Amino acid sequence: MIDHLPVLLVVLPIVGATIPLVASLYTDRAGWTIALVTMVAHAALAGLLVREVWTGGVVSYAVGGFTIPYGIELVVDGLSLAVVALISAITLGVLAYARRAGPHENTFYSQLLLLVTGLTGMTVTGDVFNLYVFLEITGLAAYGLVASGREASAAVAALKYLIIGTVGASLYLLGVGYALAATGTLNMADMSAKLAAVGYDSTLVLTAFGLMVGGLSVKVALFPLHTWQPDAYANSPDSVSAFISALVSTVSAYALARLLFSVFTVDFLTSVPAARWALVAVASVSIVAGSALAVSQNSVQRMLAYSSVSQFGLVIAGFAVATPTAVAGATIHLVGHAVMKGGLFAASGIIERETGASTVGGYAGMGGRTPLAAGAFTILALGMVGVPPAIGFVGKWYILVGAVEAEMWPVVAVLLLSTLLTLAYFARLGERLYFAEPTIREEAAVADGGGEGVSTGMLAVVVVAAVLAVALTAAVPALEQLLNQTLPPLIQ
Amino acid sequence: MTADLLQLDLLTTRYNYFAVMLLLGIGLYTLIESPNLVKKVIGMNIFQTGIFLFFITLAFRAGGNPPVVTEGGGPYASPLPHVLILTAIVVGVSLTAVALALIVRIYSEYGTLDENTLEELYYD
Repeated sequence: MIDHLPVLLVVLPIVGATIPLVASLYTDRAGWTIALVTMVAHAALAGLLVREVWTGGVVSYAVGGFTIPYGIELVVDGLSLAVVALISAITLGVLAYARRAGPHENTFYSQLLLLVTGLTGMTVTGDVFNLYVFLEITGLAAYGLVASGREASAAVAALKYLIIGTVGASLYLLGVGYALAATGTLNMADMSAKLAAVGYDSTLVLTAFGLMVGGLSVKVALFPLHTWQPDAYANSPDSVSAFISALVSTVSAYALARLLFSVFTVDFLTSVPAARWALVAVASVSIVAGSALAVSQNSVQRMLAYSSVSQFGLVIAGFAVATPTAVAGATIHLVGHAVMKGGLFAASGIIERETGASTVGGYAGMGGRTPLAAGAFTILALGMVGVPPAIGFVGKWYILVGAVEAEMWPVVAVLLLSTLLTLAYFARLGERLYFAEPTIREEAAVADGGGEGVSTGMLAVVVVAAVLAVALTAAVPALEQLLNQTLPPLIQ
Repeated sequence: MTADLLQLDLLTTRYNYFAVMLLLGIGLYTLIESPNLVKKVIGMNIFQTGIFLFFITLAFRAGGNPPVVTEGGGPYASPLPHVLILTAIVVGVSLTAVALALIVRIYSEYGTLDENTLEELYYD
């Protein structure tokens, strides 16, 4: 049983995803309970795996017992473990939120568990084609979840997401084809050795790198490949936008890092400087353009979506710098951003339910009317800007120190600029919340959102996210130790 | 003259790769350019078909038999890309199904499949 932990982590949610559908024959309200039981078990498995990796190092698992370079390998090391734990924790939070906020249908919870399957699979797999399959499972579940919004605009947003997302995943698949032609293998570790033997300046290898990284950049939503994201986040139900904003792009960015360090390796980045600078350039443009677009938004949820474009630019910049400090920083920011962005979307959902406000103008004076949610929102926003001691500060600081170590001065400049830009859009909201006269009358708000209540669970999720945004800083040494076991062999 | 012959040679021996590029190009163009949502999905399918053909071509080796083990034996074409594409086809079918389901919902709500008309309705 304990030997099969990595595969159980994927099998459990996919089996769990089928149960609500069967249960629909008897009741259409069983989904939440089933999802909760599944995710508690998922979290327990993740906990056991943390212990395994902490004491025994990297865990490798051969699916179906096939010899490793030929069969599919699952690999759990410090980096993937941090992401698996994140997936478990965030999904439990989203379940607590969705209990009242809905959607309540069984099919919703099936899709949610399917999404968890895809995300966990992407995280633990050690095979580039297997990664494609899980990427598509994640995609399909996410398209369905976005479309679960009540309005028809959700279907339009989902279709846009589907078409752009499919092109991204297909480009990745094409890249896998080129890598397969160059090396004849799909196993990440095996491919990494053979790529070095083929030579990093080979056209096949360079094309494979471009296509795979380009494809994943669509999923991460780097500028200018981000266009699906604001519509998808703004039109889906609150539970869904909190869930996918926290996890889908995060795990794709993790996959990109896995590709950079486990398949192409840092040697590739040093021997092909053009590839590294291309990545740095895309990331930097993403940081600046994402922030600029966020400042110009009126809808709060769209602003948060554009903020993600900018923050993921930061993470990818950290990975591209590729010193141990910068990669640790990028991982910390990846985890921190997931908690903070999920919390921000959840808080914006509560504020809209309680006061009817969903635009920057509407947020005026709402600080007093919904103190808890607005307070959590403000703390999370400050954390995102990078005010110490929040986790957002630690991640950015490490990336900055890494960039200085590597003497990549353009990155340093963009990083410092990004903090200012992030402050620009969040400060505007903070000012509206606490120092402006309300523009929405109280009676209107009650008439508007009176039908949808806010449960203690929903408030608890937001408060916990705000607490975590600060408390995670204390967990950084533990995370660093976990990463120290993993990163040195990958990054010299 | 020799350059022309070389290109001709490439065309006659490597025509599969030209077909791949053609399919990728046509697919991507249709996906971006056609205002009709259903045609966009068709473009997406053509694009993916190009990738499928690319993998299948990769598996070829000169004088190789289909990878079904029989009495004669001999060099076989690589079965791995075939299996990968079998999986990718299933993924493609699921994506098409989801896309068409979404289009049905969009049509019943907005009464149009035209992207430009939809955009006007969507932002109102």
